[in-house]
Amino acid sequence: MSREALSVQEAASESRSPGVFRQLLERPGSAFGLVLIAAIVICALTASYITPYDPNDQPFDGLTIEGAPIAPNAEHWMGTDLLGRDLLSRLIVGAQTSLIIGVVANGLSAILGTLVGVTAGYFGGLSAVVLMRFTDLMMAFPALLLAIVLAAIFEPSLWIVAMVIAMVNWVQMARVVYTETRSLTERDFIQAQISMGSGPLRVLFRHVLPHLLSSIVVFSTLGISTTVLLEATLSYLGVGVQPPTPSWGNIIFENQTYFSSAPWLVFIPGVAILLMALAFNLVGDALRDILDPTLKGRHG
Amino acid sequence: MSIHLLRRILESLLILLGISIVTFLLLYLLPADPARQIAGRSATVQTVENIREQLGLNLPLYQQYWHYLSNLLQGDLGRSYLQKTEVSELIAARLPATLLLMAGAIVCELVIGLALGVISALWRNSRTDRVLTVVSFTSVSAPQFVIGILLLYVFAVKLHWAPIGGYGTFAHLVLPALTLGILGAGWYARMMRSSMIDVLEKDYVRTARSKGLSRSRILFRHVIPNAILPIIAMIGIDIGMFMSGIVVVESVFSWPGIGQLAWQAIQRVDIPIIMGVTLVSACAIVIGNLLADLVAPLVDPRIRVR
Repeated sequence: MSREALSVQEAASESRSPGVFRQLLERPGSAFGLVLIAAIVICALTASYITPYDPNDQPFDGLTIEGAPIAPNAEHWMGTDLLGRDLLSRLIVGAQTSLIIGVVANGLSAILGTLVGVTAGYFGGLSAVVLMRFTDLMMAFPALLLAIVLAAIFEPSLWIVAMVIAMVNWVQMARVVYTETRSLTERDFIQAQISMGSGPLRVLFRHVLPHLLSSIVVFSTLGISTTVLLEATLSYLGVGVQPPTPSWGNIIFENQTYFSSAPWLVFIPGVAILLMALAFNLVGDALRDILDPTLKGRHG
Repeated sequence: MSIHLLRRILESLLILLGISIVTFLLLYLLPADPARQIAGRSATVQTVENIREQLGLNLPLYQQYWHYLSNLLQGDLGRSYLQKTEVSELIAARLPATLLLMAGAIVCELVIGLALGVISALWRNSRTDRVLTVVSFTSVSAPQFVIGILLLYVFAVKLHWAPIGGYGTFAHLVLPALTLGILGAGWYARMMRSSMIDVLEKDYVRTARSKGLSRSRILFRHVIPNAILPIIAMIGIDIGMFMSGIVVVESVFSWPGIGQLAWQAIQRVDIPIIMGVTLVSACAIVIGNLLADLVAPLVDPRIRVR
């Protein structure tokens, strides 16, 4: 019993080393990232209160007399789009879309990747061969093209796009989790648990998963950035989130014909995508420095 | 070495076989009925049935796969639903343009990435280093279509330094190659920085310094060649990254390669073309990874094959 308590304690101290959040705030890069993420989350949560206009409303005075989009001014801070809709309002609602897809797609791919990685790494043998060869196979598919094919199979909607991205993105996580689980399983404290007669589920949930937590957190954070970029690209190609639901990618898709006369319609959402991906990259990279046991040599 | 080589080639062939199975199943899962699409909207039920029979769509699944695989092995990727041409011909006609674009992108990412990496490593932890780190972080976080449109806007629309898109001269190649290469340049800059820092701390560099060799001689004769070796092998892996990028970059710059072909096929839901491009890309990725594995120990004898 005492041994078990010890390993649980060890697990807790490794996965939740004190002050991770404070360490993130002390680094300028990740602090910037955290502030950006907080801003995007607040925008998304309060979208219905802070949007200055209805994002789908096409007012009579939303376009110039020639029918062109209006440049940024005091009334429309970021101008209007090709249908005369307020760009700022659409961007704020688009933040919701990006976040929902980022969290859902990434959550799903983290679960899927962890499941595959842990199963292959812990049980080994035939299951490892089959699962990891399948992972190799999925890695050989160009992610974007596979996502396009999947999006063509299912009618693209917000949730389908999230699922498609998850189906493409779990591979990385599976690889990482597999390697770590395999090296963990060979360590004494896990072997001791097994020889003491603990069942596989108990060993996995009480002893293996807590050790994997930091890697899962790091790769999930970095994964959100990949997800945001992939969603934007799919929407830009017209196979992602479908208008009128605004997403930063499809705002660019809809307005790109105006890019030389109304460049803000492309570059403002473009910068939004860049900042969101950058924020999660910065935080993820800092988390890896702080948490990743392999970098600190804890596994010896 | 030869056993390892044989094993890796065999593994790659198995992966290719797996890819053909997955592509086939995806085609099979598609809700669109190929027979109906080929027959057109006004076709009678009988015509659709005939086409179904011709294509072997009424056979059991495993026989259909066998049919599909044997066609694939003969280089037959099927026919486009709308263009009524062989997909393999369409791809073959456009492959040279894509390869040219990729070659350009490799040059861009190596030149920019390695240069930035060397500068960062030499002035480690200085302000320049920090700025370059931000730059490389930004470049790996930027969506390629936004970079592409930005470059077009600045250099083609505003400055008129480059054509607005198309294919033919060297000037046409610069912007698309740069767009495709920027993402990789960010990665290379970060890898080169850490590789350089590793080498700078090696004993032989200290020996060279104590022998009184000049700074530039140490840098160009000892440090950079050794730091580049582990990175050169990564070029094979880049092919995978490019394969996703070309769809976007070629559509932004109307570059007539297989990415644009795929993009046009997406707009018209011409599935055989999308599948064909996916298969060709997957093959390219497998071959690229294989090359990366095989080339790494050749250029860098420190990597010993187990």
